[in-house]
Amino acid sequence: MIDIDVTLDRGTGFKLSAQFTAPDSGVTALFGRSGSGKTTIIQIVAGSVQPNQGRVQVGDEVFVDVEKGINLPIEKRRVGYVFQDARLFPHLCVDSNLRYGQRRAKHDHSISFDAVVDMLGIGHLLKRRPHTLSGGERQRVAIGRALLAQPRLLLMDEPLASLDEQRKQEILPYLERLRDDLRLPILYVSHSIEEVLRLADTVTALKDGTMIASGPLADVLSRTDLAPVLGRFDLGTILDCTVKAHDTNLSLSTLSFADGELRVPLVDRRVGSPVRARIRSRDVSLCLSRPIDVSVTNRLAGTIGSIRKEGGPYANVEVVLPHGKLQSLVTLESVERLAFEEGMPVWAMIKAVAVDSRSPNFPLQDEPFTPPAHSAAPALRLVAGRSHPPEPE
Amino acid sequence: MLLTPEEWTAVALSLKVAFWSTIWSMPPAIVVGWILSRTEFPGKGLFDGFVHLPLVLPKVVVGYILLLTLGTRGYLGQFLYEWFGISLMFTTAGATVAAAVVSFPLMVNAIRLALDGVDRGIETAARTLGASRLDAFFTVTLPLMTPGILSGALISLASALGEFGATITFVSNVEGQTRTIPLAIYSATHMPDGDAMALRLTAVSVVLALSALVLAEMADRRIKIALGRI
Repeated sequence: MIDIDVTLDRGTGFKLSAQFTAPDSGVTALFGRSGSGKTTIIQIVAGSVQPNQGRVQVGDEVFVDVEKGINLPIEKRRVGYVFQDARLFPHLCVDSNLRYGQRRAKHDHSISFDAVVDMLGIGHLLKRRPHTLSGGERQRVAIGRALLAQPRLLLMDEPLASLDEQRKQEILPYLERLRDDLRLPILYVSHSIEEVLRLADTVTALKDGTMIASGPLADVLSRTDLAPVLGRFDLGTILDCTVKAHDTNLSLSTLSFADGELRVPLVDRRVGSPVRARIRSRDVSLCLSRPIDVSVTNRLAGTIGSIRKEGGPYANVEVVLPHGKLQSLVTLESVERLAFEEGMPVWAMIKAVAVDSRSPNFPLQDEPFTPPAHSAAPALRLVAGRSHPPEPE
Repeated sequence: MLLTPEEWTAVALSLKVAFWSTIWSMPPAIVVGWILSRTEFPGKGLFDGFVHLPLVLPKVVVGYILLLTLGTRGYLGQFLYEWFGISLMFTTAGATVAAAVVSFPLMVNAIRLALDGVDRGIETAARTLGASRLDAFFTVTLPLMTPGILSGALISLASALGEFGATITFVSNVEGQTRTIPLAIYSATHMPDGDAMALRLTAVSVVLALSALVLAEMADRRIKIALGRI
């Protein structure tokens, strides 16, 4: 468990105050706009910034406790820090960069050089100098360097922010693999909701140096009251599902969740794997009677919860399912024409589902680190079923 | 050869004094440069001024201060003589001290600039990878500031080769001991038939200066390529 409770006042008008815990495995996203204090928090955890008050504890080791006068030096904290700008050593080749931390990790070599090089696909770069690498390659080497220092915690400060879209897509699968294969807790700073949705299990949201929410991703991001603070994005509904079956003839997979099943384009995950389904509000339309002769496969019965007016001609209608909720974006005109009101039984028709692979909250294997069998293919294979449906009618 | 034995002595002495004064002043210059670049403390301005004093004072004054402190009757000089039997007066060691003191601020400035240019974020990265402060300094900071150290050494060499005022005031003009090229030229101009000697030593000075500049430029290029800056 990572336990953070710190305040910082730099005397320049910026104040930071955060109290949250992060689990021992999986990705905890520190999410917020730039200037919200995300990076400062991981600098405090790393030890390059000192808090005015409070403490940081990782596992049973206290990193800093201002009241008790404890302050572990940076090099003793064993945090793997991946910086936004890579910060490779320009005078050393990739190989020496990777081994810099490994040589200094005296006792522990459970994360092996070959496994990391293999997992990150940087074997062909070992003799090169950092300035000859592309941005994406640099970031992969930086991740490898941090891992080989045998950290007990990985801190990632917007590792994708300085990369273009194509490079981001190149790195993301590696990050997913990192999350799924290692038992390391990861604190991941990001202002991109896309990255957070794809990688995180737990979210701590910050605004102007103040923590405004912290908890499991679905809980935090479905809080509609935070939407104006976190920025406007069509978050919709997040459903934690399990892969139930594959039908290769129809190229469909069946996902099951608390309130039923979803049929989605084939997902590249074994039956029984946990996955995260995301349904944009605009991809959910509502029907008062059981829809029969429509092309939409995924239909769920529920009752109307709250109806909230959105900007423009739209309203957000919450559909209450037996165990969860579903957000639907419809026009105000439809709300009026069909006389929607709270408690009305309704059918939700889901036109598109995006499926992200999801990290198990428990280690898959007993070995500390083994590269996955499919390590040669860094493509976007872990994400399936993402489609781009038309605008809402 | 082209030069008389007396002239060869002066050239060899100049090179020796310049070389050793540069070597000896480098470690303290790195420490002082680091203090000026990386620390804040009350009285830093005064410290900075003190370090730069030899640069702004007339060199004769610097030489006279050295005479007062390190001369046989100076506090430090007496101590050195009585405890270690070392006397700097009229010796090559004394000339080396004079050259080192005069060129010290120039070296410090070059090193300080180099340190200012080393990204402290990279040092932090080294520390998160398990390197102590000292370890990070020697394995990351120092290699990255080699171009600055090199240019500092070059400036120091040049300044030591040209040192005149402090040397002649502190350790006088003794052939084979303290008579470097500038002092030899000065002596030659006072001799009735010294014009030829002064001219030859002037030519040597020009050749030395040029080759030092060219060598430094070549080394600088190589280092920058190694550091990935070109």
